[in-house]
Amino acid sequence: MSQQFTPNNPLPQEAKVPGEIAVFSPEVEAEIDRHLAKYPVKRSAILPLMFIVQRERGGYLDPLGVAYLADRLGVRITDIWEVATFYSMINTEPVGKYHIQICKTLSCKIMGEPKITEHVCSRLGIRPGETTPDGRFTVSLVECLGSCGTAPMFQLGFDYHENLTTEKVDEILDRCERDEYVFQHGRKDEL
Amino acid sequence: MFIGAIDCEPLQLRRAGLENSQSLDVYRKNGGYEAIKKVLDGMSPDDVIGEVKKSALRGRGGAGFPTGMKWSFVPKDSPKPKYVVCNADESEPGTFKDRYLMERDPHMLIEGMLIAAYALGARTNYIYTRGEYRYLIEIMDRALAEAREAGLLGEKILGSKFSCDIYTHTGAGAYICGEETALLSSLEGLRGHPRMKPPFPAVSGLYQSPTVVNNVETLTAVPDIIKMGGEAYQKLGTEKSGGTKLWSVSGHVNRPGVFELPMGYDDMEKFIMEDCQGIANGRQLKAVIPGGSSVYIMPAGDVIGKDVRMDYEGLVAAGSMVGSGGFIVMDDTVDVFESTKNLIEFYKHESCGWCTPCREGTDWLVKIFRRIANGEGRPEDAQLILDLCDNIEGKSFCPLGDAAAWPIQSAIKKFPEDFKKHLLPLTQGEAVTV
Repeated sequence: MSQQFTPNNPLPQEAKVPGEIAVFSPEVEAEIDRHLAKYPVKRSAILPLMFIVQRERGGYLDPLGVAYLADRLGVRITDIWEVATFYSMINTEPVGKYHIQICKTLSCKIMGEPKITEHVCSRLGIRPGETTPDGRFTVSLVECLGSCGTAPMFQLGFDYHENLTTEKVDEILDRCERDEYVFQHGRKDEL
Repeated sequence: MFIGAIDCEPLQLRRAGLENSQSLDVYRKNGGYEAIKKVLDGMSPDDVIGEVKKSALRGRGGAGFPTGMKWSFVPKDSPKPKYVVCNADESEPGTFKDRYLMERDPHMLIEGMLIAAYALGARTNYIYTRGEYRYLIEIMDRALAEAREAGLLGEKILGSKFSCDIYTHTGAGAYICGEETALLSSLEGLRGHPRMKPPFPAVSGLYQSPTVVNNVETLTAVPDIIKMGGEAYQKLGTEKSGGTKLWSVSGHVNRPGVFELPMGYDDMEKFIMEDCQGIANGRQLKAVIPGGSSVYIMPAGDVIGKDVRMDYEGLVAAGSMVGSGGFIVMDDTVDVFESTKNLIEFYKHESCGWCTPCREGTDWLVKIFRRIANGEGRPEDAQLILDLCDNIEGKSFCPLGDAAAWPIQSAIKKFPEDFKKHLLPLTQGEAVTV
């Protein structure tokens, strides 16, 4: 556990990031600036910035992305890892472009989640937690996504797909396989 | 899915069914931003806190702490900036009310936060939304931009001396961040570990400054309290539980949804059988978890014919709690051992690892539940599980440990048969103590 970080107890200034760091477009830099402007303390922007870096670096925090975050926020590389490894939505390893997160908590479980999971996995030929050999699909079982009244459900990227049936699942996966699936949320620069 | 009010005029869901309900225009045409105007036209911060106290509004996130009292703990003479943080990290299994409040009526939350910020003297405020609800952050950002454009946010709001800003913030998948001190750690850019109380956030919260953390549903109740007056709001409910409450209904009912009920709604059985249109597929009711996964499970026998009153006191008397109002209904196909295993897997995954009883306790519970599920149950397992729960409950750093223990304790107590059948066959009928 690191020391409690507060404005009165700042991290040492010598936290300088060595080596190469990721480079982003001016648009992405501007998006990052907008987030930093919300907070009196830069480090508060760590989660929003991680989502941006993850999006820009192929879906996960790679070492160059982590170095960028440390540099931009004025903290140590280990501070970035410390936070990144705590939050389940921050990926520290590559995931597929189509990341299917199936809710497995109670309401979804009793309303048909096992059947949905079985269908998705057998169609893609992988087990929960795995990525297809071509790297395009990842399937995860996740905890409650707040869609209990419209169970069963999964999240694809940031999009909710609810009241799922095997037919609906097929229709969505068909679109992904043809690369015709258009992400509705979280792919634009506004967060 | 049903979204609406039963047995009362809809307050929180008043605009939820209107076309384009997210827009400032629709909000204003339906009574929106009248409360903040009333406040700025002549109410002092103390007047506002007084009305909220009179309303008997209790925190809707799960703990049920009186909101007016929470606000009054913020020291008035502190030279530090003050913060209002909206807890929109809705992650309690079975709960999805905040989601629809923000999806359908984002300006109601903005107005509630403005009033809270005025009462507490806060200039900068945050809405901490769970990361999975990205589409809600997009909705809130659009609504905030609209409000800013209309002079309802920023400098000198509506021509008054009051200046205030609200920003969205994203979580990233951690149930623990719904606990208010963990939320503040997360908002400061740290791991979402809870902090020691006292000092309470009202004294030392975000950036060690006085901070009030309120749930979405709590803050969205505030505009109506100001408009109708605290006393009138309280009278919609009971003496100790004012106003109306949202219940997120899921599971084996014919009509799941978000239901707004007056506090003190008189009969849980009627609610399930009539308002939620009964149990699906002609099955029988087996159990209800009325307040999100962390509360005590209720067997059908504690609901049917018992006139269970749906408010804080009524549910405690019936052996459970209001919690977050995540109302999970289970029919007689459900094995309560299995449903309890599902929940303890959740708590193990979400335990933040900060304190030993919760981190190790939930881990061992999962190991035991999995072993039993694999057909290797032992007669002493029920007692072993209860001992473990006893070493978590009241001994963990934050309420997550209690929340993990309660559903298990009540499940074993109320549904011993469902546990016995997993332990007995392998032990040749030996007696199992549960």
